Amino acid sequence: MKSALRSLIDESVTIIREVAAEFERPAMLFSGGKDSVVMLHLAVRAFSPARVPFPVMHIDTGHNFAEVIEFRDRAVRDLDVQLIIGSVQASIDAGRMQDATGPRASRNPLQTVTLLDSIKEYKFDAVFGGARRDEERARAKERVYSHRDAFGQWDPKTQRPELWGIYNGRHKPGEHFRIFPISNWTELDIWQFVADYNIDLPSIYYAHRRQVFRRDNMWMAVSPFLQPEEGETVSEELVRFRTVGDATCTAAIESSAASIEQVIAETSVARITERGATRADDRISEAGMEDRKRTGYF
Amino acid sequence: MERLHFATVGSVDDGKSTLIGRLLYDSKSIFEDQLEHIEAVSKRRGDDYVDLSLLTDGLRAEREQGITIDVAYRYFATPKRSFIIADCPGHIQYTRNMITGASNADLAIVLVDARTGVVEQTRRHSLLVSLLGVPHLVICVNKMDLVEYDQAIFDKIREEFETFASRLDLHDVTFLPISALAGDNVVSRSANMSWFEGPTLLHHLENIYIASDDNRIDTRFPVQYVIRPQRADTPDYRGYAGRVAGGMLRVGDDIMVLPSGLTSTITGIDSPNGPVEQAEPGQAVTVLLKDDLSITRGDMFCRPNNRPRTSQELEAMLCWMDDAAPLQLDKIYTIKHTTKLARGKVSNVLYRLDISNLHRETDIKELKFNEIGRVTIHTTSPLFFDDYHQNRTTGSFILVDESSGQTVAAGMLLSPRS
Repeated sequence: MKSALRSLIDESVTIIREVAAEFERPAMLFSGGKDSVVMLHLAVRAFSPARVPFPVMHIDTGHNFAEVIEFRDRAVRDLDVQLIIGSVQASIDAGRMQDATGPRASRNPLQTVTLLDSIKEYKFDAVFGGARRDEERARAKERVYSHRDAFGQWDPKTQRPELWGIYNGRHKPGEHFRIFPISNWTELDIWQFVADYNIDLPSIYYAHRRQVFRRDNMWMAVSPFLQPEEGETVSEELVRFRTVGDATCTAAIESSAASIEQVIAETSVARITERGATRADDRISEAGMEDRKRTGYF
Repeated sequence: MERLHFATVGSVDDGKSTLIGRLLYDSKSIFEDQLEHIEAVSKRRGDDYVDLSLLTDGLRAEREQGITIDVAYRYFATPKRSFIIADCPGHIQYTRNMITGASNADLAIVLVDARTGVVEQTRRHSLLVSLLGVPHLVICVNKMDLVEYDQAIFDKIREEFETFASRLDLHDVTFLPISALAGDNVVSRSANMSWFEGPTLLHHLENIYIASDDNRIDTRFPVQYVIRPQRADTPDYRGYAGRVAGGMLRVGDDIMVLPSGLTSTITGIDSPNGPVEQAEPGQAVTVLLKDDLSITRGDMFCRPNNRPRTSQELEAMLCWMDDAAPLQLDKIYTIKHTTKLARGKVSNVLYRLDISNLHRETDIKELKFNEIGRVTIHTTSPLFFDDYHQNRTTGSFILVDESSGQTVAAGMLLSPRS
């Protein structure tokens, strides 16, 4: 049997090429998070020495970690790809939705509106996402080619059969597909790839000192978008981020892992899932992810 | 590290999701937050024990009904191997999702309830596993705790299955008596079944020799995408990207391009890791040729003296998966085969398989939801293919309904019966 990582790379590269061949206007979601970074590197390798034949798109809540935005712009330049930004702030300004308010407000769910609007605006018929099946129980159920109706909705009960490596991307005008080329990668596979190919990631993935406070048993970072409430005390801790998302709902973990090798060692013995440790948005309900996905979330 | 891809199949309520929960739990592959979550849900529902099936039944409807609707993928590793599990639904209504999960598996675990023995879904799933060519099979006789760990019951079910399976194309079948709920023979040996001398399930999964079913003899390379950089530094680059479907590609090899029949020589192979001298089945590569030929997606490279069959008349086993409408003879469907799209119609149903006894029913004009039959298909353009038993990639296809867009059938190409 072949090495597991090499088989994963072959599978992902094949899926990315298949979409480029069969769809008219694909785009790849790119947040600067490790999964989307690995996915983009796979796309670069899929078409080398040609350029990646589709743009990347960032759905920007405006509530970002500064290091991630800086990284995003550098990566796009280094990898020679075109960047489209879908702005949640612009959607709010245009009256497409109201900003989230209140003490625990997060723009995370608002991304769905901006994402669907951007897909419509640019007439994308296939959108790559870096979701992995090992992340979350609803994602564990999703196909590689995942159909979305004209409202951008996912219907888990009518998923198409998906056999062997044959994918069916047929759709009606106005519908689109979400494509998940790294479905079968685990968190550890991602880090192994980052190590083997020396992939540059945002610095916040590695241990650093940061102003944080405790909320819901998680370390939240103080930022212009997230301030402690009464009774929450700020301290400086040695932390890193296991996932990178909207700054208002992504938590840090205590860690001294400052290098790729140390992160791999830490991930190998982790006793808590990455989303469980870091994502406030999954805690809304038992089926938080499924409900968001049904209405068009990533 | 090696990775084993296995599917769990069998009838609804035979304990597939519980078995996976048990494998993950006893091999310490469940994360604390996942365990806390299912403990809390089980407690809230008033269950007597932690319901391990909640680990894989991730959809709201599944948790409400307590059944598996769609295949769930789980990943775990032991020091010996890493595993992808496809937890397949047992309900007949969701057979197409079971096929989805089993189509890529190296091994299938068929669960049988010790109290009921071999039932229709056991036979259906075993037949599908056999048709799909899954190389290894493990029959887990589950719920042994509910039959007092009685060896006679295990032996009887084994005999029952062997009688049925003698007419299937199965090569490596292992039988294990287990209790997923109590943990007997899953990860640890059972103290309740000292009469059983075989391995535990996990030991078997960790140690079974997975003979690669890749065909390394017959060179097949379906062209997926043509790479022509529009950039100044590589003006003459023209590469043919794809995934090797069979045999080996080596720099210096002579190849033939189908359908044109033109020949050329491989001058270079680019992989995701840079240039390589050769590529084997499963590898995603870009092939460079000596001559400037007209080659597009859907063409296939082979060796001049070893070509796939080329025909517009196909014979195949067809699994009908559409619950909206039966297969209609002479209706035009889209066929996706390797990287090629064609259109075609089923001209004849040679026979339909009766799942319960494998009898061939003739004089059939349609295939309904979940039925399996041998058919002849006429296509608008020739396909380049091999018998499914020789090559799972060039021997498989799907049918797509042109109005609904649904994948309505899975097909396995076979040599015409003489």
